[in-house]
Amino acid sequence: MKISRYRNIKNKALYIGVIILSGLTAVPLIAILVKVILKGWRQINFDFFTQTTPTTLDAIYAINAGEIIPGGIANGIIGMLLMVLMACVIAIPIGIICGIYLAENTKSHLASIVRFLTDLLQGIPSIVVGIIIYIWVVIPMKSYSAIAGGVALSIIMLPLIVRSTEETLKMLPTTLKEAGLSLGASYSSVVFRVILPSAFGGIFTGILLAVSRVIGETAPLMLTALGSSAVQWDVTKPASSVSLLIWEFYNDPNLQNMIWSASLFLLMFILILNIFAKRISNKWRI
Amino acid sequence: MSDKLFKIILSSSAVIILLISGGMVYSLTSGSIPAFKEFGFFNFIFSPEWNATPGNEEYGALTFIVGTIMTSLLALLFCIPFSLPVAIFIGEYFKGKRIASVLGTIVDLLAGIPSIVYGLWGFYVLRPLIVSLGLSEQGFGVLTASLVLAIMIIPYAASLSSEFIRLVPGELKEGAYSLGATRAEVIQSIIFPLAGPGIFSAYMLALGRAFGETMAVTMLIGNANIIPTSLTDTGNTMASIIANQFGEAGGLKLSSLIAIGLLLFIITAIINYIGKLIIKRRNQ
Amino acid sequence: MENLVEDAILRLKNVSISYTPGKNAVDNVTADIQKNSITSIMGPSGCGKTTLLRAINRMHELYPGIVTSGEILLAGKDILKMDPTEVRRMAGMVFQRPNPFPTMSIYDNVISGYTLNGIKKNNNEKDEIVETSLRNVNLWDEVKDSLTKKGTFLSGGQQQRLCIARALALKPDILLMDEPTSALDPITTTYIEDLLVELKNNVTILIVTHNMSQSARISDFSMFMYLGELVEYERTQKMFTNPSDKRTEAYLTGRIG
Repeated sequence: MKISRYRNIKNKALYIGVIILSGLTAVPLIAILVKVILKGWRQINFDFFTQTTPTTLDAIYAINAGEIIPGGIANGIIGMLLMVLMACVIAIPIGIICGIYLAENTKSHLASIVRFLTDLLQGIPSIVVGIIIYIWVVIPMKSYSAIAGGVALSIIMLPLIVRSTEETLKMLPTTLKEAGLSLGASYSSVVFRVILPSAFGGIFTGILLAVSRVIGETAPLMLTALGSSAVQWDVTKPASSVSLLIWEFYNDPNLQNMIWSASLFLLMFILILNIFAKRISNKWRI
Repeated sequence: MSDKLFKIILSSSAVIILLISGGMVYSLTSGSIPAFKEFGFFNFIFSPEWNATPGNEEYGALTFIVGTIMTSLLALLFCIPFSLPVAIFIGEYFKGKRIASVLGTIVDLLAGIPSIVYGLWGFYVLRPLIVSLGLSEQGFGVLTASLVLAIMIIPYAASLSSEFIRLVPGELKEGAYSLGATRAEVIQSIIFPLAGPGIFSAYMLALGRAFGETMAVTMLIGNANIIPTSLTDTGNTMASIIANQFGEAGGLKLSSLIAIGLLLFIITAIINYIGKLIIKRRNQ
Repeated sequence: MENLVEDAILRLKNVSISYTPGKNAVDNVTADIQKNSITSIMGPSGCGKTTLLRAINRMHELYPGIVTSGEILLAGKDILKMDPTEVRRMAGMVFQRPNPFPTMSIYDNVISGYTLNGIKKNNNEKDEIVETSLRNVNLWDEVKDSLTKKGTFLSGGQQQRLCIARALALKPDILLMDEPTSALDPITTTYIEDLLVELKNNVTILIVTHNMSQSARISDFSMFMYLGELVEYERTQKMFTNPSDKRTEAYLTGRIG
């Protein structure tokens, strides 16, 4: 009887313990969201999206007058969009084609090496990517630039897109490919007109998730794009991003209030991308 | 498009990956050589010096290697009591149920928060908490950084290990139940041994992630170039010294920072490789 | 087996196929297939019937390591020496599980043999091809108002007829069918079997079947394969009533298979 009771207690204790500790993991999420929303919403208005960052002086005047700080994060938003766009232009075609390559060549030696290297690339700390792009782009160009930032982000996105494309393609039934080929179509025709359209949902989701991953990156951009206080359309010059701006605000005691609004913006953007990605992946299940 | 052309296009994407990887290793190595030549390879790794005064420059990576390993291992330790229950919750107790996917979504959201936002929260919320608990004067240090780092790696550890727990075949569990085992005992004696290697590799991958974390750690560790000897000491990590000092670095300092980047790359790659190797063995 | 067939559209001569060196999945098969007939290939699992079928439209090219030897002549052409994609336009295939392209409409599915091959037809020609093909499989009246819808809402039997229409649209010399009704219910199966009997006047049909009664019902000629060998090839009537080989008899009476 004694043994049973001990086992029973252990059983229940584990169950309760797992539930409590799992519930506790929701706590930091809620804490962070609450903090960011509470402190950040006040600063958000139309200007927030359309004006560039205020100077320290502007901020001091505003705080003394008890007003919200003027200005916004337009330079960060534009910079971020430009760099993500460049990253997509580079990483999406290469990533999808490489994903097709890996899905079609499961056994070759070259494919195993590429798969291994893709995993390797996926695990590289983003700051190291920053160092590499500094060496490859910033030094030859003799300047920080949006291009450098875009290339750095593309390297971070690339392995994610390769993997998600490969996984999606592997889940398609083989008879799809066989049906296309049995009609006498060329290999490339079957891939572009039958396989890719069927895999579109999964591939698009992978791209969205890769984008939501890189828009929050700060470290590699510190070494490649540097930052800029004005909206910069010239991609060969240093550029800002929302994450870089948050870092600048953090380092400037007078711009503290902007931190939370910028963070709120960033979190909302990431959240929307993730929701969108989930919707699409659910809708396109074949 | 002819088949041949198509196959060439596919293969060239593979070649691009090869070139990028090879190029990265090459650039990191050649950028580090000046530093290794000046200070000697092993000397550099084991030297705790970081002196930037011109004419007397001496750089070494030990401080940062220790800082990185310390914070990451501590983060792993702190995250286990939370990520393991989450994994069991999702993979076993509530497997397939709605609440499991809700928890899964919460964990995914945690993974989506950028490093810098974690750093901000750590700075403005956690740090004052630690100060008020009397653990440290300013609140910076190994402890604070590890705590935030732990929260950041929970999603990686939890989601992968929950997969391995989920994949334990039902027949084996039923076999144990039919002998009168309680659920806890099934978890302990059937699930853990079978999912064990997978769970271990999940934590390896989480550790690799922790090694490379930059922003949150930089904002909380105190950026002191000393080797921390207690939890409340400040210190520095490989990623944060690079982030802090790369901007104005040149010459020997730049080369030393690149060398630290190379070391970080290698350590992370090894840990990730170990993790993935175990998963591959499992799949066979 | 000589002179069994007068007008051969397909000639197999000493065809052997192996997956691993030294072991033949199909062993030295020689046979002529009669034009505008239904010829069935029967045999227990693993006898090589599907392997033989897929060699005819060169599907084995997709999987490295498979070696095909011998000679296969389709409409007089040596197909083992031709470009695989050309061969596949001469020999259409219908698979075990209906596989209409899920992202294309019914219309686009039927015409896909042309679009995937880059063969341009104007809209009138395309409409005609689609209508003729769908009429040939008795599907036109059922789907003529939903041509722009995707094919996945159709029933299993309708989907399979769609796949047959798709293959027939290219006007192949022979239609290769790999257990096309094994995933369908008995009523739908009968429907499709009746369809095949109609179709044989326009196209030769070579059908692999796991179901010997299907073979008895619809085929004019039957091949019995066992462990890779072509054991017997006869007019269906004769094979079922008076098999020449003991193994054939054992299969037909259920002692093997």
